[in-house]
This record gives sequence, structure tokens and C-alpha cells, in this order.
Amino acid sequence: MTVGRGRTLLLLALLVALASLPLWAPRFWIYIGTQALIFAIFAMSLDLLLGYAGLASFGHAAFYGVGAYACGLLALRHVDALIPLLLIGALASAAVAVPIGALSLRATGIYFLMLTLAFAQILWGLAVNWTSLTRGTDGLIGVPRPALPGAGALGFTLNERGPFFILCLAVAVLVFLLLEALTRSPFGRTLEGIRENERRMRALGFPTFRYRLAVFVVGGAIAGLAGSLAAMSNGFATPDLLYWTVSGLVLVAVVVGGSRSLVGPVLGAFLVLIAQLGLSTFVDRWELVLGALFIAFVLFLPRGLVGLVRRA
Amino acid sequence: MDVLNLAHGSFYMIGAYTAYSVVLATHSFWLALLIAPLLLALVGGLLELVFFRRLYRHGHLAQVLLTFGFTLVFVDLIRSGYGPTTRSIAPPPSLGGAVHFLGATFSSYSLFVLGVAVVVGALLLAAWRRLRVGAVLRAGVADKEMAGLLGIDLARVFTLTFAFGAGLAGLAGVIAAPEFAIFPAMDASVLILALVVVVLGGLGSIEGAIVGAAVIGLGYVIGTTLFPQVALVLIFGLMAAVLVVRPTGLFGRR
Amino acid sequence: MDLSIRGLTVRFGAVAALSGVDLEVPAGGRRALIGPNGAGKTTLFDVIAGEQRPAAGTVALGGRDATALPPWQRARLGLGRTFQRSTLFAQLTVAENLALAVRARCRAGWRFWPVRDRELEREVADRLETAHLSGAARRRAGSLGHGEQRRLEIELALAAGPTALLLDEPMAGLSGAERTSAVERLRALPREVTLVIVEHDLDAVFALAERISVLDHGVKIADGTPAEVRADPRVQEVYLGTA
Repeated sequence: MTVGRGRTLLLLALLVALASLPLWAPRFWIYIGTQALIFAIFAMSLDLLLGYAGLASFGHAAFYGVGAYACGLLALRHVDALIPLLLIGALASAAVAVPIGALSLRATGIYFLMLTLAFAQILWGLAVNWTSLTRGTDGLIGVPRPALPGAGALGFTLNERGPFFILCLAVAVLVFLLLEALTRSPFGRTLEGIRENERRMRALGFPTFRYRLAVFVVGGAIAGLAGSLAAMSNGFATPDLLYWTVSGLVLVAVVVGGSRSLVGPVLGAFLVLIAQLGLSTFVDRWELVLGALFIAFVLFLPRGLVGLVRRA
Repeated sequence: MDVLNLAHGSFYMIGAYTAYSVVLATHSFWLALLIAPLLLALVGGLLELVFFRRLYRHGHLAQVLLTFGFTLVFVDLIRSGYGPTTRSIAPPPSLGGAVHFLGATFSSYSLFVLGVAVVVGALLLAAWRRLRVGAVLRAGVADKEMAGLLGIDLARVFTLTFAFGAGLAGLAGVIAAPEFAIFPAMDASVLILALVVVVLGGLGSIEGAIVGAAVIGLGYVIGTTLFPQVALVLIFGLMAAVLVVRPTGLFGRR
Repeated sequence: MDLSIRGLTVRFGAVAALSGVDLEVPAGGRRALIGPNGAGKTTLFDVIAGEQRPAAGTVALGGRDATALPPWQRARLGLGRTFQRSTLFAQLTVAENLALAVRARCRAGWRFWPVRDRELEREVADRLETAHLSGAARRRAGSLGHGEQRRLEIELALAAGPTALLLDEPMAGLSGAERTSAVERLRALPREVTLVIVEHDLDAVFALAERISVLDHGVKIADGTPAEVRADPRVQEVYLGTA
């Protein structure tokens, strides 16, 4: 029980620190914070699959990218309302996740991992080659940020870094609370049962395939939501978002932070993003350092950052 | 041997770059063909000894992450050594010509690649069946203690297999170098193709890998000729279709 | 619920694990399935539960053809089973293990919001009491001792509310006292629940079963009351005689 209280305190402290960031941090760090929050939403969606449902997807970037493209396409058609732009990413990714999940989930373990990777690469290939829709390797550029009703009267817009950061924070908190509830719900418990022992769950009468597909779609939708935010934040959507290294990066974030905790992936996302953006600013060979960092983590901290606390 | 190595594409890439360096220094493609596989086998064996050995019991996810880390490291090392630009080497002079056959023209080098592929495939298949390497590895994967009781030095078998696999990847890199361009992102494209081939054929089956490679190779060539825009999409679609019918691949066992 | 199995054949490669097995168990019947190791008893359970597809033959549950149904639909028809090796939800607590089974019965898995379900909590508490596991409610199932795991195994299957239950060696590895209490638990089940039990402990078999079927090398060689089976020369030859 003390662990639960410690977790809540840690989260509140993190929230306060983050919410005040626009007041004191340099612009560059607000930018990193925004990217990290978006990546954290993405990582939480993968933790739902990996940690709770035991589904090691290596193609999660597919849904991130599809969300970003969906949001970008809609925004470039002069839709500037915030909620529809956020939802379109989630809906588009959920729609894509249904067939991908239906096919990949027939396999388990290493085959599932490779199938998701393959499907993500198909979508990456589509993003590169379907130029009439995606404009190829250039991607969708000049994606405008949405307007916030009433914000003008208060004297700010989402084009400024501070308010946009707060928007991302609000979405991240909402996603966290939603996933927290979902994992404690009967649905979440059922998923854990399937992760632990699918055969027995079938024998008890649970249609396990439907549950796994359902969580796969939910995970995809939340990744799509993160993709929407990414398109707004960057002002573009490019095929890079769907590339397999992005899937690898988010998987690293979840595992480095510690899966099955939701908090861990958030920490992991911040660590990976800060390492990536921070290193790339100051060090030439940042990918090398990042790779070495991952290797060290896997070797010496297989349970992730959260594992440190849990053991103590 | 039930290890998922994302850095396998890196071995291929390093093989190609080694070939580039050797050809630049000695002007001998044949020397490169000898050195690169040996170098890669050494690298692979060392990595197995130092890193992978500790991870077998942690499952696939840890392996995926570890080797993902290595791909980042290798790509960056290559980029720092050779720069991001595309390199190429010429095929050896003796294979620079063209051959007319059945009314079509093939470059000698393409035929050489085909020949090497057939020979390597045949040797692998023979070794797999005759020397019971497959049986030993499968036994080791299924039950380490039992294999140990049977007097099989599993640790050594695993290291050697890993080194051998890395050497083969290096060989492929050298052979591919004159045919395709050499660039730092070449690891990813070949890795994904290799995974597709292996999954299509069925894990742990050399026959499957050979058939899978032929299917994917043909599919890819036909795809690029007929529908160049969607060739990649096509082969992934093919893989998805096979896996839907047979979730463990064409030759896979349960 | 009655079980009706006709002409069941299962092949693993060239080996026939079951050949032409028939098994009729009326609703409320208490049947034991015995035979040497490798006779095909667990394979038969796997086919009845839907985990293994037969090469030939049919499985009917409660008069309904279930041969093509997936395992979870058979479970919803009222079929329950325990496993030979305890395969619990090791990382979850004992109480959560039981809660999953109760939710399976109530089909309450599709609720996406955490709500306190007092009725469920009460049933879980009652079942923990029955299985003498109240003290272990908050422990992880994987950390239980063998005897406790076997008790949870049976209670888990019962919590799903089956009307026909397949028990795969429920006494394996239990001490004498534990066996007695396990037999008592099974004898206390409502009369209408059909039981099929695979068991090597013949005392338990004779204490529970009204009829016994004997499998050997995938073939049913005898079927009858305990007295008939005891007297059967073929059974004595392959099983009782050598035991």
C-alpha cells in the first residue's frame, strides 16, 4: 500500500513540475517537454499492450504515423477545431488496427512481433509511395495548429509553445487516468488473465481473441491520438514517423521505464526523448551513445526504472 | 537457436563496407570475399560471448531491445567512419562481362551471385541434415539441461552458430556490394526482407528459408517490374497471406 | 450436461493418439477414465475441450454438436476443466484468480471501468473459505504450495459454474489427507454436475466413479461399472494386472 501512495506522490510531483515548466524553463526545454509528453502518451499506449495484455508489438509506430497523417490531412483541409483533429487520429489508427490486429494476433510471441513489424513497414511503404495522398518522402508539410475556442479572448493561441505544452500535458493526464481505470476494470483483469494463461481463460469461457483484438485497437487508437498531437506539434507528418526505428524507440522507452506500470513508460519516454534530443544537440555521434545506453539498460536493469523502486 | 537478432542486418552492412575498404586498399574482390565473412564471424562470436549469452533466459523482448541498441551503434559507427554518402564497388574484372543465354543477356556477376547462393544453400541444407546441427540446436533450445546431460557443450555450439550466422551475413554483404549500393541504411531494408523470408519459410527451418527467399525474391522482382510503386507492400502482403493460412510459416512446426 | 463422443481419432504425424474412441456420459454421471501413461487420456480431454482438433469423430455437449466450436464456446455451454499441471494465473492473487472465473460465468469481462462488485467479492470470499484458502487470498497464485495450488485449481474450475467438469489428475502429488479432502470436495458437488476424472489414484477413482472407461494406446478397451472393469481380463492384463 505504501508503494501505491509513493506512486501517487511521485506522479503529483511530476505533474506540478511539468505544469509549471512554461513559467520558468527555456524555450528549448519546453519544446523537448512537449515532444516527451507526446512520446509518453505513445509509450503508455504500448504499455497497455505489452505490460497488461502481454502483446509485444514491434510495429506500434504504424498507428502513431497513421494518426499523424490523418490529423495532418484533415488540418490541411481547413479544419481547425481541436477535438475533431485529435479524434481523427485516434479513429483512423483504430480503423487500421482492426485488420492488422486481426491478422497479427493469430500468431503469438516472436511471430506476432515480426508480423506487427512487417505491417508497420507496409504502411511505411505506403506513406512513401502513395504520393497523391501522402506526398511521398517530403510528407505533409505546413500542418497548422488548431484554434482553441475562447483562447483568443484570453490572449493566447496554441501556436505558442507554452499553451501547446499545457494542451499536451492535459491530454497525457487524461490518457493516463483513462488507462489507469481501464487496467483496473474487469476488462483489464481479463487481459491480465489472458497474458498469464490464455489456454485457461479459453477453458473458462472467455473469447480471448476478441479481447486481444479489442485491446490492440484501443492501444492503436491512443497511439493515433499521440500521432495527432505530433502532427500539430511538428507542423508536418512524414514517413519517418512510421519507420521501424520509431517502433523500436517506443519499445525501449516502455522497457527502460518499466512496463506494466504506466508511470514507467512515461519516465522512459522522457529519458529516451531527452537523451535523443539532448544528445543530438550536443554530441555528433548521438545514435551511438543512445544505442550504448539501451544496451546498458537491457543488461543491467532488465525491469526498468520502476523495477528499482519496486525492489526497494 | 531461438534468438531474434535485429543486428543481423548490421552484419550484412558491415560486410559490404568491409568489402569496400578491402577493395579500395588491395583492388581484390576475392580477398574481400575471404576477409569480410571471417571478420564478421569474429564480431558475431564476440558479441555472443560478451552480450547475448546473458540474455537467452530473458526471452525475446530483451534480445530485441539489445540488438536494436546494437543496430543504432553500428549504423552510427559506419556513418562516422565512411560518411553518409552512398558508395559502390565494381564487380571483379573476371566477372565484369555479360553472358547470353536463352536469348537474354545476364551480367556474369549476377550469375556468380546466383551460383554462390545455390552453393551456400545446398551446403547449409546438407550440413543441417547430415551433421544433425539442427537437432543439436533444437534440443538445446527445447531443454538446455537435457542437452547438457547428453554431453553437448551448448555454450560452444551457440557461440559457433552465432558466429557462423554473422559470417554468412557478412558474406551476403560482400556479394551484394557490387550489385547494390552501399549506404548506412542498407541494414534495415535487408533485415526486414530477411525477417520476412524467415517468417514466411518458418522459423528453425533451412528448407523454409530457402523456399521463402525464392518466393520473396521472385515476388520482389516481379513486383518491382510490374508495379514498382508497391513492390514492398506486395511482398509484405504475401507474407501476411501465408501467415494467415499457416501461422508458423510454410515449413514451420508447432 | 451429458457428453457424447463418437469415433474420435487424433493423429500426431504418423502416430494415432486416439483411434475411434466412443464415450457416453449421461448428465450427472460420475465417470473415471483410467489407463497407463500415454494412453491418450489428456488428449481426449483436449479434444472434448476444443483445444485439439480430431482427425475424425464428433463431440456433442448437452445434445448439441460441438465438434467445430472453439474452447470458449464449449465452456459457455457448461464445460469446465482442470489441468494436469497446475497452470494458474501465477502473477495474480488467489482472490483475483477466482474473480476471473466468477466473471467468466457472469460474462462480465467487457466492463471498461473499475467498479466495486460486492456480490462478486462475497462469492470469492465464500469460495476461498470452501477451498481453505482464505488466509492466502492476497498471495500470488504462483507462490502457493503444491497442495494449495491443486485446491485453487479445482475451485477455479468450479467457480465458472460448469455443468460438466473434466478433472485431469486432480490428486497428483497430494498427500493422503489432502486426497481425502479433495475427494470430499468433489463428492459434495451437486448431483446434476457431470464429472469425468482422469486419475492414477485408484482409491480416489473407486470413491468417486460410478462407471470406469479404460484407455490403452489410444483405444478404449473397457467400459463398465467398477466391478465389471476389475473383472475384465484385458484390463487386468494392460493395467491392473501389472500395477
